[in-house]
Amino acid sequence: MFAPFILELRKAGLPASITEWLMLMGAMKEGVADYDLDDFYYLARATLVKDERHLDRFDRVFGQVFKGLEPETTITGEIIERELPEEWLKKLAERLFSAEEMAKIEALGGFDKLMETLKQRLAEQKGRHQGGNRWIGTNGTSPFGAEGYNPEGVRIGQEGSRNRRAVKIWDKREFRDLDDDAALSSRAMKLALRRLRRFARQGEANELDVNGTIGATARNAGTLDIKMQAERRNAVKVLLLLDIGGSMDDHIRASEELFSAAKSEFKHLVHLYFHNCPYERFWKSNRRRTEQQTPTWDILRTYGPDWRVVFVGDASMSPYEVVEPGGSVEHWNEESGKVWLKRITTHFRRVAWLNPTPQKHWGYTSTIGLIAEAMEGRMFPMTLEGLDGLAKALR
Amino acid sequence: MKKFASTERYIAPRELEVAVNASIALQRPLLVKGEPGTGKTVLAQEIARSLGLPLIEWHIKSTTKAQQGLYEYDAVSRLRDGQLGDERVRDVSNYIIKGKLWEAFTAETPVVLLIDEIDKADIEFPNDLLLELDRMQFHVYETKETVVAQQRPIVIITSNNEKELPDAFLRRCFFHFIRFPDRETMERILHSHYPHLRADLAREALNVFFQIREVGELKKKPATSELLDWLKLLMIEDMPAEALRTNDAKVAIPPLYGALLKNEQDVHLFERLAFLNRARR
Repeated sequence: MFAPFILELRKAGLPASITEWLMLMGAMKEGVADYDLDDFYYLARATLVKDERHLDRFDRVFGQVFKGLEPETTITGEIIERELPEEWLKKLAERLFSAEEMAKIEALGGFDKLMETLKQRLAEQKGRHQGGNRWIGTNGTSPFGAEGYNPEGVRIGQEGSRNRRAVKIWDKREFRDLDDDAALSSRAMKLALRRLRRFARQGEANELDVNGTIGATARNAGTLDIKMQAERRNAVKVLLLLDIGGSMDDHIRASEELFSAAKSEFKHLVHLYFHNCPYERFWKSNRRRTEQQTPTWDILRTYGPDWRVVFVGDASMSPYEVVEPGGSVEHWNEESGKVWLKRITTHFRRVAWLNPTPQKHWGYTSTIGLIAEAMEGRMFPMTLEGLDGLAKALR
Repeated sequence: MKKFASTERYIAPRELEVAVNASIALQRPLLVKGEPGTGKTVLAQEIARSLGLPLIEWHIKSTTKAQQGLYEYDAVSRLRDGQLGDERVRDVSNYIIKGKLWEAFTAETPVVLLIDEIDKADIEFPNDLLLELDRMQFHVYETKETVVAQQRPIVIITSNNEKELPDAFLRRCFFHFIRFPDRETMERILHSHYPHLRADLAREALNVFFQIREVGELKKKPATSELLDWLKLLMIEDMPAEALRTNDAKVAIPPLYGALLKNEQDVHLFERLAFLNRARR
């Protein structure tokens, strides 16, 4: 009965190993969890999960394996599907819309289409505190027009079955927020960016090498022999290119946090702004974008290939802005954005694109695919996992 | 061996008891993570207290090396003694300084060893302790002796998540994430710390406290330790419970807020929200 459990855990991406499995068995033998399912759950969690980001996944797997719940999707797959089952949406709609509204909806392009929109809106709304009032409610023209919708009142994922049985601890999924996909705080970003650090002793030898001096002195039969060494510095150089304005307005906060995190983490950090897609020039200060422009050729000449380039942008624009000369919305560009991207990626070997748009929405925008292609696939979402991937790609 | 359970001073949820008891039974280290101020360090002290064992604390700093936990060889003073012709210099063991792990391994009774904030150290630090924590033994090169644990200590390791810990290290530990206590648990915690706390004051203080924690954008959310400090202040000031009711008080923010909100942006943010709240009424 237990063997499938660990296999399911591994399938869900938890790095549980034989060692931990044996530990769990050992603890069972010692009688730590005496025939109590809750205790067993706690014990298994303490043994098999080593990272709070995995707790939510563990809870889900545990629930499935030990209750024989039919999975609504794959464990690793779309959580959204699990959280927003079709019938739940229908139920919600029935509750929110009157009969005449329903008729209007039919006229607006059909129920299914509307459901799709509703689903997307709900997906965007991640939690009670994150832009919780953005959709239905504040927007008077919205066809949903549902006042008094309360995300707290709707227990996503529990509907229906909730009344029939007591809620188990693992079913509460209290660690959902800790999963990797959660949005990032500035501090979490700093920690993720820290993985990019490369320490190296560089420059003049102006620090006393205590261990070296002691060793040399001892070898010298006690006569002092001073050794010096260069200071240890973070040698990583980062060029941060930020998309600003337009569709990026939604992500200002995330970008700001990333920027402040990067600023304190890297000694060599240069940031420049662009709009939508990089072309022949960038600007240093967003307020004075017309006066202080830096030609892209200058950037390519100034910063050597050892610099790591990080683009931050939602990469959402009209496809012309990427592929066609003159496609820019701000000026006439002689060469297309794609050409410039190619130049940048060939000069700097380590280039990556951070995209604040949630990864599951990437498929809806064609330019995201275009730019990811230009980046040779190195486009990452702005999540802890994404930053991790970024740090790895830029090594 | 005795089992660990909540004490009158430390409220441990069942999940934590299971994790601690598992780590005692299998003699493996227990890694504890959680929001700052939720009682990670206190846990080790309370385990030691409830099992009646001595506690050895090893606080990790960014400069701490794994070797320092085992032993250090004081080459400099030996060199100095050698030049002065001191007799002690002939025996190298005079210059071996025992570390916390050595102390814990050779103690007469089993001990609780707290390795506090392991993530502060260099990224390689946990890797350097793998074998020592696994086998509970290490070798001293200078004196060519092997130190083996008489009784395996109960090892509690805390981490604030500043660095990722290596997999090989994690595999050898039990893990527990201290969740932020819910209101009910919090009441029990308050009661265990301040048995004479007035019920109305506790209720109002908890209202304010959870209201502050609800504010999503705080830079540093107050945690259990801040709440306890704040209540202590309130009790010293002999604050009436009415003063905490923000809706009818003239003040926008709770009295003595300095114990709860730790930076000026948070204070401003909270003031603004409190003002908006009143305006809406």
